[in-house]
Amino acid sequence: MSTAASKSTAALQTTAALKPLKPADFGHWQAHHLLRRAGFGGSPEQVRLLVEWGLDRSVDHLINFGAVPAEAIKADDFRSDIMRAPTPEERLAFRQAQQAQDEVTLERLQRLRQEREQQDRRQMRSMQQWWLKRMIETPRPLEEKMTLFYHGHFATGYRTIENSYHMFLQNQTLRRFAVGNFADLCFQIIRDPAMLAYLDNNESHRQQPNENLARELMELFTLGEGNTYTESDIKEGARALTGYSFDGNEFLFRKDFHDEGQKQIFGKRGTFNGDDFVKMILGRTTCSEFMSLKLYRFFVNDLPEGPGSEARTVILGLAQLMRQQKYNMAPVLATLFRSAHFYDESNMASQIKSPVQLVVEAVRSLRTPILDLNILVDALDLMGQSIFYPPSVKGWDGGRSWINTSTLFVRQNLLTHLLTGRLPSGVGGSSMRSSYDAMHLLGHLDRNDGEYDLDEAVNFLLKSCLGPRPLEARRQSLLEFAKSNGGRVNSELVIGMLCLITAMPEYQLC
Amino acid sequence: MCQDHAYTRRVFLQKGLTMVSAATTVPYFIQASAYGLTNPFDTMLTSSIAGKPQERILVVVQLGGGNDGLNTVIPFGDDDYYRARPNIGIPANNVLRFGDADGLGLHPNLAGFKELHDNGLLSTVQGVGYPNPNRSHFTSMDIWHTADPRQPSGNGWIGRYFDNTCNGTPEPNAAIAIGREAPKAMIGQINKPVSFETADLFRWIGKDLHESLDKPYEEINRGGDEIEGVKDGTQLEFLTRTALNAQIASDQIRAAVRIRPLVEYPRNPLGQQLQMVAAMIRAELPTRVYYVSMGGFDTHAGQPGAHANLMTQLGSAILAFTKDLKAQGNDGRVLTMTFSEFGRRVKQNASQGTDHGTAAPMFLVGPMVRPGVLGYHPSLTDLDQGDLKFSVDFRSVYAAVLESWLKTDSRPVLKGAFKPALLFNKNV
Repeated sequence: MSTAASKSTAALQTTAALKPLKPADFGHWQAHHLLRRAGFGGSPEQVRLLVEWGLDRSVDHLINFGAVPAEAIKADDFRSDIMRAPTPEERLAFRQAQQAQDEVTLERLQRLRQEREQQDRRQMRSMQQWWLKRMIETPRPLEEKMTLFYHGHFATGYRTIENSYHMFLQNQTLRRFAVGNFADLCFQIIRDPAMLAYLDNNESHRQQPNENLARELMELFTLGEGNTYTESDIKEGARALTGYSFDGNEFLFRKDFHDEGQKQIFGKRGTFNGDDFVKMILGRTTCSEFMSLKLYRFFVNDLPEGPGSEARTVILGLAQLMRQQKYNMAPVLATLFRSAHFYDESNMASQIKSPVQLVVEAVRSLRTPILDLNILVDALDLMGQSIFYPPSVKGWDGGRSWINTSTLFVRQNLLTHLLTGRLPSGVGGSSMRSSYDAMHLLGHLDRNDGEYDLDEAVNFLLKSCLGPRPLEARRQSLLEFAKSNGGRVNSELVIGMLCLITAMPEYQLC
Repeated sequence: MCQDHAYTRRVFLQKGLTMVSAATTVPYFIQASAYGLTNPFDTMLTSSIAGKPQERILVVVQLGGGNDGLNTVIPFGDDDYYRARPNIGIPANNVLRFGDADGLGLHPNLAGFKELHDNGLLSTVQGVGYPNPNRSHFTSMDIWHTADPRQPSGNGWIGRYFDNTCNGTPEPNAAIAIGREAPKAMIGQINKPVSFETADLFRWIGKDLHESLDKPYEEINRGGDEIEGVKDGTQLEFLTRTALNAQIASDQIRAAVRIRPLVEYPRNPLGQQLQMVAAMIRAELPTRVYYVSMGGFDTHAGQPGAHANLMTQLGSAILAFTKDLKAQGNDGRVLTMTFSEFGRRVKQNASQGTDHGTAAPMFLVGPMVRPGVLGYHPSLTDLDQGDLKFSVDFRSVYAAVLESWLKTDSRPVLKGAFKPALLFNKNV
């Protein structure tokens, strides 16, 4: 990219790979796809609104969400001090009790500690509900979708750090940079208490640097495993990161822990600190390529067979754009969501919904009532995506790993629960009465003497849940079911049909 | 299904195939294993008793919370035991003594284990632990699940076993966990376990809403990948296939657990779980590893009564399970193994309980185990921060299970070479 000529050739390639969709081609199914992928789906009215707006305005509305009023998150939404470190007085009392072998006092102190841990786990539980509810209700779906993306990317788990407020702070950081600058987010992440605790950097000392953060920073967060870095870069990077720690809920640079000596990273020498290390990583072309691949897999296609040649060109095009934009994500995402490739038929309904996508999309697009957030959070867990509890620093594998014979039943049963209030017997709590109004979905269809046409209703429900070309066998199953129940399109029948549609294997796709 | 070696090759008998004749297509896990039927010699190799599958099965019993090893296998001959535990120590007269191990015996409520021991079906492995023990429940449990004390956040050891033996092809229903959550131990990169609390939850609840939903639901979920419009290699093909597998597995499992067991099981949670496992083994499910768990072992206070109850449950449930397998004729192919994330502190605390500790015994059950009390009991005076020093690394136990029982190379599974402990009979 040093000469003007190579710049223009590269720009040409990008343009070709990310050629925008013709405005006239942005119809119902394109709007439907955009709402699902850049958010969590929408109701038929919302899809119609996007079609009316057209491609540019729709993408703009989703990405520049700052203009959309949303409920602010306040620092005191959750308690910040449950897992605070013991005060000097408490420490002294503990030491004295230890020396005096005062078992009774030691027991009491231990019990107090356990009580606080229990309290913190309860707060974590309500935080899971809070975020899930926010995803369901937000008028800024991309903000939450990108926060979820980064939660899986910079995966940090409560189970290890056992501090709910740190998880909350990280969640806010991820949200703040949702479509902001990825480089800035990286500089924040090496200051984030939850991350520093999760990857053991808070105690990392120049005499014995901990390599965990340096390793994962390159392997999982920026470059990809073994991609343009060496084991020695990890060791030297770990030295650069020493002293990046926290005190309470704040970042703290422990000067006495930090290694100020010469390091050699990516062949360059200097007295680098953690920020220098991150800067050098971000300067590598491979970083933009790695992030583009991750975004592509999340938003476009998770490619169980690996990217084909067209996908590769698109990913490289995105990477180039990312570098030109100095890691500002908004223009990169806007280009992707406007591209013809994004709407290619092979990319529509090609992804297996994550459990969060399944739940949030169902409530947002079918407008079912949320009967009990507890049940939804439990179900996420059973389906393998407990938010704030990623299985490891690698985040969730996604794709086909979501689905097996037991998670498939959980998925079907959860949808039946949302539609009807029913719960499996043997699960704590009894089934609930649902006040779900399914008829609103059909609101725009024509009526004859107050009656909907069965064929039309079946077609509409199938398409709005599954996409433009449902399998013929499914249509027949639904029609037979409807006819065996008299064929009159009423709320009960529609709910029954929705229970069947959401139990179709293809309902797991988006 | 894997074709790697004899023990992973399924032999499907006529009976197995007619069970699924209701389905419109042959489910994936039967289809893929049909290879085994094409060559009669394969069948002979793997099935020496007519009509009985020979595939080996492992049943893992997790004791959650940290079982007090010292009050499970009791060093009643050691005065230091009673000095450390003046109130909660088990009086020597009550201990169920191992005839062949001096000064050692079982908790009085472990009569079930005593019977197994006397019949040569129990192997008691002493002092199992790992270096630099972690005393957090979560972390130590993760260490046992991943078999990786340094990076306990990766995949589970049983998951890796399936990943390594199956060349990347997931085996549907190869691993079943009874319980709400899928245990980390069973989660591999590719292979994930099936988990359910009760067989009744392993089905679609929509069927309870109205009978007219039954037929269309069956059409939708049993079509497999032969429905017109489902293309090969697509996500949809994968989903339709999994949906069919789910229906078949649900039928098999629910039918299996409805059948009366051959022996009486104790009415406690572990007993009920093992009863389900025995039923599924009897019904010849293609499952190779089952996982059950019981909790409540975190006995910080008021330990004696609570722990005694747990011992009763554990002993009676595993004894009934073993008798059931014997009655079925399946005992020779089922190995049962217990573990807990850690043992407990040698010294009792001020609340008639014990705090988190380190090494503890593991039990292996079945006619294939080397019976008796194996290894050395850890010293009660040569301690590490008040805790027992381990003498057997748990990964050596896993290595033995993998190498000798499951006949697989343990190194890729355990991410290193661990010398298999001598836990099995010579002819295994």
